[in-house]
Amino acid sequence: MNDADNQDLLQVAADWKRAGRDVALATVTATWGSSPRQAGSQLVVDGEGRMLGSVSGGCVEGAVVREAIEVMADGKPRLLDFGVTNEQAWEVGLACGGKLQIFVERVE
Amino acid sequence: MKLALIEALASLAAAKQPAALVTELDGGAQKIFTLADAEGAVAQAITDDRSGEHVIDGKKCFVLVRNPPSRMIIVGAVHITQALAPMAKLAGYDVTIVDPRGAFATAERFPGINLSQDWPDEALAALQPDLRTAVVTLTHDPKLDDPALITALRSPAFYIGSLGSKKTHAARLERLRAAGFTEADVARIHGPAGLDIGAKSPAEIAVSVLAQLTAVRRQKHATR
Repeated sequence: MNDADNQDLLQVAADWKRAGRDVALATVTATWGSSPRQAGSQLVVDGEGRMLGSVSGGCVEGAVVREAIEVMADGKPRLLDFGVTNEQAWEVGLACGGKLQIFVERVE
Repeated sequence: MKLALIEALASLAAAKQPAALVTELDGGAQKIFTLADAEGAVAQAITDDRSGEHVIDGKKCFVLVRNPPSRMIIVGAVHITQALAPMAKLAGYDVTIVDPRGAFATAERFPGINLSQDWPDEALAALQPDLRTAVVTLTHDPKLDDPALITALRSPAFYIGSLGSKKTHAARLERLRAAGFTEADVARIHGPAGLDIGAKSPAEIAVSVLAQLTAVRRQKHATR
């Protein structure tokens, strides 16, 4: 259900791209346990790290932006895992104890 | 993701067509489906309005469902509506206000919201409430609320709520029974509409109605 998002983030991604910016799109594909954003939630990122939307309650966005900038550079989509079992947990662990999987792709 | 795909999804959204974008998680290949050409898990995801992962033809895929927004039809362009309509819009609903009394349903009172000055039964018949539509009557006036409720009860609307005191509501149900509706039919009406949170002001009543509607929509066993 996309109703919770008033803003159409795909449209934002398209607008940014047409304006000549590098753009990547991150989408929550799966969640386990308690996660603030459901599957289908999206975050748009540009080449300078500006972002709109959300894929968590602010817990992993920073890490997603870093990955998104790499995706913009090499064009290879990535599937990211965040959660207590991930080695990145030390850095960006989810306070809620949930886990989530995020697909990051370049807009082209 | 190609810009052309985003444009195609935007056209489908403009035409209020349910659709899904299917992405192969290994590699990122993407394709758009509508209900007309979707099968199996993709068709089910669109029907359930639920994005998620599925294995399709042996490949792990993410199905992003892009359905038109859920709708809320509010009968009565009254004071509570001035709070409920913008709140519902913020919560993602496509809101339409129905009130045949010209002085009430004005663009000045409800900027940016769809307005209908048709009689409620005609307006609802035209709007065709479906499984993703909520109908809320707020006029307290039987000659406006009743025709709307009768039309709503004949639809699959996921939520039907009607404002009014317990006494008003009991009298309303009596009229609907007399009109031929069964106990199971009239039990679909949440009345008095809204969760019992002691709401007093129009904005608080709007919160209680939106909260109840959210509970019905998101919980399997919502409290009444």
